Amino acid sequence: MAVLCANFRTETIGAGLIFSPQLSVSAPNPHRLPSTVAREDEHLLVAAAKKGDLAAFEELVSRYERKIFRLTMNITGNREDAEDAMQDAFLKSYSHLNTFHGDSRFYTWLVRIAANEALMRLRKRRPNQFSLDEPIAGDEDLIPRELQDWGPGPEQRFAQTEMREILSSVIEELEPEYRMVFVLRDIEELSTEDTASALGLSVPAVKSRLLRARLKLRQKLNRYFQQGGAN
Amino acid sequence: MNCDEVIHELSNFLDGELSTAAAEELESHLDECSECKLVVNQTKKTIELYCDSEPVELPTEVRNRLHDALKKKFSETRP
Repeated sequence: MAVLCANFRTETIGAGLIFSPQLSVSAPNPHRLPSTVAREDEHLLVAAAKKGDLAAFEELVSRYERKIFRLTMNITGNREDAEDAMQDAFLKSYSHLNTFHGDSRFYTWLVRIAANEALMRLRKRRPNQFSLDEPIAGDEDLIPRELQDWGPGPEQRFAQTEMREILSSVIEELEPEYRMVFVLRDIEELSTEDTASALGLSVPAVKSRLLRARLKLRQKLNRYFQQGGAN
Repeated sequence: MNCDEVIHELSNFLDGELSTAAAEELESHLDECSECKLVVNQTKKTIELYCDSEPVELPTEVRNRLHDALKKKFSETRP
């Protein structure tokens, strides 16, 4: 099942309320559709680009360049690599446009290409430092520690730029094998199946890494968000 | 459902992938366990913050380099 960011974004629980352990928690509605208007005409642009309409392809690039750059930055953690990976992803997507048959959204296909480009550069820069195939640690590291209240919503306590820096620095600390899964699944909104396919992992492996990634990020964010923490 | 089971099912719960019965069981644990509720709420908030983070504007020189490379590619592939 594809579960998207929109499921979380559209929750109506107040930002301040979400932190109170006394209040009820509800799971997001998995049937909500993503609200991105942009995707409505994406297939038309792709069809035009396939017929040689260069302006249509440039429109697709302009539409997604910021998101793809965020993706490659999140994966590589290196500005130069991120720029190169982004550029090569767009060039490759143009070269191979005829192999895109519309089985998924164009953006999903593009994300897979960009993730691969970014991963190749990360591996080159950090050879032997990680493997996506390695078995993950046992269950004992799942137990959450540091259970401090975050108080009122962090969005109210941090300016947008500061919040962006916090999120960026925290995700960079995450081990690549967890970071990749979190980025594709929770930020780029790929389904579990598409994430598994993009990374050459099984669906259970993606689920397991995603759970660990989410828990690890929560714990790392404690440093900034706990009441009286670094801010 | 005990605390360990809640943590193991946390992602499935947040992604809406638990059966109705399992979700209800988990929710009733949360009604009784303030620590698990804190972890569930904070994990959900973590995802929400990353989902909502807007990508930064592409630096002009990076954008120019990208579009120059595209134009070059276009000119190579034109009949």
